[in-house]
Amino acid sequence: MAAYDKVIAARAADKLTSVDYIANMFGDSFIELHGDRRYSDDKAIVAGVAMLYDTPITVIGLEKGRNTKERMERNFGQAQPEGYRKALRLMKQAEKFNRPVLCFVDTSGAYPGIGAEERGQGQAIAENLMEMMTLKTPILSIVIGEGGSGGALALAVADEVWMMENSVYSVISPEGCASILWKDSTKAPEAAEALKLTAQDLFKLGVIERIIRQPKTDDDKAIFESLKRLISRTFEKNSALSVEELMSARYERFRKIGRPE
Amino acid sequence: MDLFSFRKPKNELESLPDEQQNTPFIPEEMWIKCPKCNTMLLTTDMEENLHVCTKCNHHFRMNGRQRVEMLVDTDTFLEQDSDLISTNILDFPGYEEKLEKARKSGSKESVICGECKIGGIDAELCVMDSDFMIGSMGTITGEKITRAFEYATENKLPIIICTISGGARMQEGILSLMQMAKTSGAAKRHSDAGLLYITVLTDPTTGGVTASFAMDGDIIIAEPESLIGFAGQRVIEQTIRQKLPKDFQRAEFLLQKGFVDAVVSRSNLKNTIVKLLKIHGYGKEAE
Repeated sequence: MAAYDKVIAARAADKLTSVDYIANMFGDSFIELHGDRRYSDDKAIVAGVAMLYDTPITVIGLEKGRNTKERMERNFGQAQPEGYRKALRLMKQAEKFNRPVLCFVDTSGAYPGIGAEERGQGQAIAENLMEMMTLKTPILSIVIGEGGSGGALALAVADEVWMMENSVYSVISPEGCASILWKDSTKAPEAAEALKLTAQDLFKLGVIERIIRQPKTDDDKAIFESLKRLISRTFEKNSALSVEELMSARYERFRKIGRPE
Repeated sequence: MDLFSFRKPKNELESLPDEQQNTPFIPEEMWIKCPKCNTMLLTTDMEENLHVCTKCNHHFRMNGRQRVEMLVDTDTFLEQDSDLISTNILDFPGYEEKLEKARKSGSKESVICGECKIGGIDAELCVMDSDFMIGSMGTITGEKITRAFEYATENKLPIIICTISGGARMQEGILSLMQMAKTSGAAKRHSDAGLLYITVLTDPTTGGVTASFAMDGDIIIAEPESLIGFAGQRVIEQTIRQKLPKDFQRAEFLLQKGFVDAVVSRSNLKNTIVKLLKIHGYGKEAE
């Protein structure tokens, strides 16, 4: 599949979203928790606590919505600062109660709006990056669709980052890249190739740990079950590490990216 | 044709067109027009005034070298990692030409890092360079800033970073995005060691730099009227389909919204940094 076809697949309206993953893997055990305790509740991020088999975990997902009404409510998965602050509040809570954190990433990017800038979009993302780096509990992030720039990274400073087979993760949208570099957004397919943004590209670049077989519908029970097992094993492995080991492994995971040979 | 045009000019000056006769002949590069108050300034006056308009206090952009020189005590800057150079790691079309063009400015990378003395106090300093792709953050930028944080942490030094950036460098794709996490992690370690980090936000500071180490400072200073924000103004206008207010994303706007500690004029910048260093207990042994 060409890179731009992956972009289209990653954005497909019928693709499963964070709430689908949560429902299929955690069912009734999931309790949604709302609000950043500072300003409001951002519906572009769905978050709460759930049971992963016998283990309590915190789940945080960027949510695009599954139909027009939901998409409007969810602001198309473009979070505002309060969304990132809600995420950080719940990560800190997870740290306090020694719960691993599972993040689902699916966004075209953080919301570019007046209110978002007034309330410190850059500061909110920056704080997440800094705090997640030393959060003393395991973090796993999975890109399930679009991983759009800083708005995605703000939920992806993790011990491991996985990507669905038809997902993308990029510093800029291929359309944005093409229009800035070549003054022509119709050259997005060329930009998508050049940006190396597919799960397969990122795996080759050593930026992600795993490519995951993607569930297509709620009926893909076996795929969900194997994903659940994989998540569980990863949390078990990382929970066994001392805090110092966990911290230095997470730091080194990012530290090595772009280190000259 | 006017009546006396047949008359032979008496001298060389008279032969010039009317509008030039009364003005002394001065090469263009000697003058610069202030974009804010339209005053014509002698370039040398403007430069001597720290690249600030002598009439209206408009802050012109300074390149990295000029800013280093302005901040550090004379001959105390020991540059680090100047041999680290960006390469086309993703084979991105046209990137090598871009890099070559950027290097013609005389600047080798989008950030200059080194150890120095400021007001006699030892400090680590990183200055992003507007001359090199408007301070765009590539992997080498991230690597140099990370090394600077690590060096400062190891040597118990305060760190000062002057930012200027259009954001992450898209020609380095996801690897440039990851520099946001990498630099933030290094900033956190420095912070956890109880050391002081001051950021100086200058015009423009946007995108991935704003959303990472620029906003991580213990103290965040901004130069007057600097554009500071996450999303680009054009992108916001296209999203909300309306024009943005004039002061939007300017330093004074961020001050009002609570995202910077102080807006400080360039003439007062070094002095302010020295005072902050002292208040945090640095430079005691030097006294």
